[in-house]
Amino acid sequence: MAATIEDTSTTTSAPARTEGSRRPSSVGPVLLTTLTWIVAIGFFFPVLWMVLTAFKTESAAYTDPPTLFFSPTLEQFEAVFDAGIGPYLANSLGATAISTILVLLLATPAAFALSLRPVEKTQDVLFFFISTKMLPVVAAIVPIYVVVNEIRALDNIWTLIVLYTAMNLPIAVWMMRSFFLEVPKELLEAASIDGASLGRTLREVVLPIISPGIFATALICVIFAWNEFFFAVNLTAANAGTVPVFLVGFITSEGLYWARLSAAATLAALPVVLAGWFAQNKLVQGLSFGAVK
Amino acid sequence: MAEVVFDQASRIYTPGATPAVDKLDLTITDGELVVLVGPSGSGKSTALRMLAGLEPIDAGSVRIDGRDVVDVPSKDRDIAMVFQSYALYPAKTVRENMAFPLKMRRMDKEEQAKRVADAAELLGLTDYLDRKPKALSGGQRQRVAMGRAIVREPRVFLMDEPLSNLDAKMRVQTRSQIASLQNRLEVTTVYVTHDQVEAMTMGDRVAVLRDGALQQYATPSELYDRPVNAFVAGFIGSPAMNLLDLRRSGDGVTLGGMEIPLHREVRDAAGSADTVTVGVRPEDLALDSDGSGGGVKAVVDVVEELGSESYLYAHMAEDEATTLVVRGPGRTNVRYGETIALRVDADAVHAFDASTGARLA
Repeated sequence: MAATIEDTSTTTSAPARTEGSRRPSSVGPVLLTTLTWIVAIGFFFPVLWMVLTAFKTESAAYTDPPTLFFSPTLEQFEAVFDAGIGPYLANSLGATAISTILVLLLATPAAFALSLRPVEKTQDVLFFFISTKMLPVVAAIVPIYVVVNEIRALDNIWTLIVLYTAMNLPIAVWMMRSFFLEVPKELLEAASIDGASLGRTLREVVLPIISPGIFATALICVIFAWNEFFFAVNLTAANAGTVPVFLVGFITSEGLYWARLSAAATLAALPVVLAGWFAQNKLVQGLSFGAVK
Repeated sequence: MAEVVFDQASRIYTPGATPAVDKLDLTITDGELVVLVGPSGSGKSTALRMLAGLEPIDAGSVRIDGRDVVDVPSKDRDIAMVFQSYALYPAKTVRENMAFPLKMRRMDKEEQAKRVADAAELLGLTDYLDRKPKALSGGQRQRVAMGRAIVREPRVFLMDEPLSNLDAKMRVQTRSQIASLQNRLEVTTVYVTHDQVEAMTMGDRVAVLRDGALQQYATPSELYDRPVNAFVAGFIGSPAMNLLDLRRSGDGVTLGGMEIPLHREVRDAAGSADTVTVGVRPEDLALDSDGSGGGVKAVVDVVEELGSESYLYAHMAEDEATTLVVRGPGRTNVRYGETIALRVDADAVHAFDASTGARLA
């Protein structure tokens, strides 16, 4: 199979070569590698541009063609903090952290039950969970707004926490379930014969095995909650606004100040990148969980 | 130390279908090692899991020392189990794995340490106590699983194919280790395997199961010498017993033009049936080496030379479809394609009803 692929790539990429000089050589792989780099840089370029622009002065940001070498400045970041990103960052951190913890607390036992203690209706329950994600949020926003307004919970961070928990729970249950399914059933049986209670079994036997899966799930929840915009923009204002809301407000109030917007966007992206970097090792293990062994 | 009784115990997965375990009656006396053996799907593992409390008992009862355990959860049955996959806790060290059942019973810390140390000593695991299971070989993992069962000093050991993940050499070695350990500890043990050699070599008594039903429960030698039906006859023994459906004639049955005599009791039991299933073990087929011509003629297809003995796989000279396995002497000079003559002694013949498979006398 591998030989066939290499054959075709060599012939198509170097048709001029004579039969005699044919080696099992490198033109195909080199081409593929180059292509990979081009695509990767293509995807990464906007992010790079954003980060670079964040360190420019406003006038430097407007230079055409853009300069790659310039004397970096932190003045845009100062401006962003002066504009009051602080409370928004705090709101985002709070909503993300608390909702993620709630999701994990609720999803772990649910996923355990749905994977290792299946009952007749397990499949239906799983479908019900995921079906809640099928309705577009836009279609649900009016009733949600009405309810939130009725209970006087508009512009309240706890409203977002509840919504983010509900939003991430189905995905977390599904994800965690797939990790739980990898736990050998005999381990639970051995634990029950050894006299461990259900809680004990979960804590001492199951959780150590699926901890990479928990990290992976937590990271997904963090990303989704941190980046959530629609609920935040519709249900919050000055008190409970999150970073994405701040970003948008920033555009409209300040006009198109590229450098300043880039600085704000960089600040918004930073925590997720940090979380990803922090969880990287765990996550890689988690994602390859089923493949090993 | 305990007596285990299966009393009409049944496990029915789907009502109406054949039960996985059908009205099993089995008494395992104190200190005995009983092997449940059968092909896959015979219900042997299910029976063990019913005793372990991992499968419900849908009808009948299972008693440990006279106490009905149908509604008793696993942890209160005072049993320990060794799983085929060993089921070691991957995040715990060998020491923690072995101490886990003791810790769950809130045993005194010093006593825990002492028991784990003793068991590790017994199993040669002392140097590995601080390793995680993934840093152990298959044989070592198997011993850790044994150790985790031993430390408990339970009333009953349950073993579910504990050797099937080991290579052939380890398996033979561990087999005798388990048997001698069990003799020393004198703990009632129920051992499940699909390997009849394991069953014969390890069991004080062996229960042969098929399709959820008990076929025969007896000592290994009795199973070998007097199988109650054609299934047990064919299952126990390696190579398997030759089983042939043969036509009655005169005072016996005909095989390749030869008459094999049957005892009077067998003939009486067979009644008017015109065919009988006849079983002859490979070692009971005598090579008629002097060539006096009195024997059944067969053509050798394969010679398996094992050194101390040999097995000849042959087909009848007159009937290609009928094949026989014959045990010959070691370093036999019989070769592929040769015609051999075989004799059968009436005393060595097992006879079974051709339709039900039940033993005739």
